[in-house]
Amino acid sequence: MTAYAIDVRGLSKSFGDKKVVDGLDLRVERGAIYGFLGPNGSGKTTTIRMLCGLLTADAGEGTCLGLDVRRDSNVIKSQVGYMTQKFTWWEDLTIEENLRFAARMHGLANARSVVDAALERLGLAQRRRQLAGELSGGWKQRLALAACLLHQPRLLLLDEPTAGVDPKARREFWAEIHALAREGLTVLVSTHYMDEAERCHRLAYIAFGKLLAEGTPQQILDQVGLCTFAIDGAPAVAVDEISRLPGVEQVVPFGLRLHVSGVDAATLSTSVAGYTHRHQLSWQPVDSSLEDAFIALMRGGKP
Amino acid sequence: MNPFSWRRLLAVLAKEFIQMRRDRLTFAMMVGIPIMQLCLFGYAINTDPKHLPTAIVAAESSEFTRRLISAMTLSDYFDIVATPASIDHGRELIARGDVQFLLRIPPDFARDLVRGERPALLVEIDATDPVASGNAMAALGPLVEQSLASEIKGPLAHLNPKPGSIDLRIQRRYNPEGLTAYNIVPGLMGVILTMTLIMMTGLAIARERERGTFENLLAMPVRPLEIMLGKLVPYILVAYVQVGVILVAAHLLFAVPILGSLWLLLGCTLAFIVANLSVGLLFSTLAKNQMQAMQMTFFFFLPSMLLSGFMFPFRGMPGWAQAIGELLPLTHFLRIVRGILLKVNGPADVWPNLWPLLAFTLVVVAFGAKRFRKTLD
Ligand SMILES: Nc1ncnc2c1ncn2[C@@H]1O[C@H](COP(=O)(O)OP(=O)(O)OP(=O)(O)O)[C@@H](O)[C@H]1O
Ligand SMILES: [Mg+2]
Repeated sequence: MTAYAIDVRGLSKSFGDKKVVDGLDLRVERGAIYGFLGPNGSGKTTTIRMLCGLLTADAGEGTCLGLDVRRDSNVIKSQVGYMTQKFTWWEDLTIEENLRFAARMHGLANARSVVDAALERLGLAQRRRQLAGELSGGWKQRLALAACLLHQPRLLLLDEPTAGVDPKARREFWAEIHALAREGLTVLVSTHYMDEAERCHRLAYIAFGKLLAEGTPQQILDQVGLCTFAIDGAPAVAVDEISRLPGVEQVVPFGLRLHVSGVDAATLSTSVAGYTHRHQLSWQPVDSSLEDAFIALMRGGKP
Repeated sequence: MNPFSWRRLLAVLAKEFIQMRRDRLTFAMMVGIPIMQLCLFGYAINTDPKHLPTAIVAAESSEFTRRLISAMTLSDYFDIVATPASIDHGRELIARGDVQFLLRIPPDFARDLVRGERPALLVEIDATDPVASGNAMAALGPLVEQSLASEIKGPLAHLNPKPGSIDLRIQRRYNPEGLTAYNIVPGLMGVILTMTLIMMTGLAIARERERGTFENLLAMPVRPLEIMLGKLVPYILVAYVQVGVILVAAHLLFAVPILGSLWLLLGCTLAFIVANLSVGLLFSTLAKNQMQAMQMTFFFFLPSMLLSGFMFPFRGMPGWAQAIGELLPLTHFLRIVRGILLKVNGPADVWPNLWPLLAFTLVVVAFGAKRFRKTLD
């Protein structure tokens, strides 16, 4: 048995003549929380679907939980919990009926008690007879997570699980993810939120179907090598002027502060120093954020 | 993982039944469509339309003529709306559809009648809608006899015309063959089953695809056969409910006789149901959404209705249309139903129309299974 829950190489998928996933290599250690990031349409959902056998890869090979992704998709499905990006439980079934259906499809012997326990844990025992379609976004997300955990999967594939969920529910959600990972579950989670990316053990960043960066959050920051300066008190109109200076790649306002970043540290600091001197403003180097790093990656990754 | 699991099939079945129960619209459709169509067609084949517009060309104006006209008016079946001067003018009225009947009383009708020379009374019918004129026609003969019988009283009563003393000549124009209610109501059973079954199964999977729940279903360790059977079996039950509604209504409302074996009929119906479900399933593997499934249903339904012998007599269709008709399940099912209900056909009699149904199912299922994707590609 390999140390990797997911180990695939050269995964590719085209729709028509559009290459959506292009030679992707992915390795996720057992028990890790692995963040999967990338702009809209970069191929995250498509990759996840290939991992659990919902799409057949055009090329590539590898294993998921030690099982061949191309041949053993049926066995993989019984050991993986997949939470889809969109809510795909049956809105015209009640919470309980959805859970019971999932339990029976996975052939659980004690379906009834498993469902009861899940309802209890969710705090939905009183609302078990409510139609799933009537739930609010946050509750739908909790139902979806509970439903794909029923059969005690060894790998969780979560596709943007927290989109449209309030901060408190998100925090609770992530607390649960970490608790599950401590018990040995491997989690691959796609997200657009940077605070969530920072909670992952490792990250992969893809754009246009290609892997652009991989590693711990710190490794990715180092790899991008972005240098950022904060300029205080600059007027809003300064944004245009600063972004035209040599070496400046991004200018982002944070209240009265401007974050100016670029990969060429020497040119950037000369530009910023000159500008602040002319306008008598103060400036200082700050840590680049993951968001800045990903935006820099995206620009560099354009085909 | 074992290849086929009864537990999973039961889980899919349970889910389908719950969803069917909650889907009021579909449920209403399943029961509503047969009843609605039966009522619609029930009025069309309303066996006894009255007040049919009639024209009379009377070449003489005798006591006989006047009595005949008043008897016809009193009978409710005929409304005398015109008394054209010539037979040609009368025929124009028929051609335009202004009148349904044209009655011609020849010159010297009364004289010939009294002499016992069996004068001819010519009736021309617009039989494009034969059902509409059937009963009125049947009523006309006795009516004429009756009105003449009471004509002569007293000592000359022996001169009264005996039954058969007139030569009532009936010409059905435009549609000499004529369909009957017996023909339409059993046929309606096939038409309703075709329509609802193909549409409902077509929608069943297209709906999951459209709502995205299909992705969830496929992410579970389920076999295509389990999904397919789980989707189909509920509709077999629905179909039998429809068959029951139609048979009872046909028998009670339209007095369609059930002369042959009911069990044989129900057995053959199963073959027909499965044939239609397989078409619906094939469509649902092809359709990307519910709209497409619906369009495909009508694409199949129209030729079924038009070329199966339901709308037009099968033997009256051109060769190419008959050839297409022979490929459609409805054609064979209509023959089976009419054969069993009206002609007391036994198993040996229906077999020539039963095996085409089975062959059709086999071919379509083979296509469908090939097209059924276990993935979202
Ligand atoms: N079934 C399909 N047929 C055709 N094109 C598809 C299909 N599924 C996805 N695509 C295309 O593939 C590309 C990648 O889609 P994918 O859903 O994998 O992106 P994503 O990274 O999940 O984006 P998002 O962050 O918006 O969810 C998109 O351009 C999309 O239009
Ligand atoms: Mg996505």
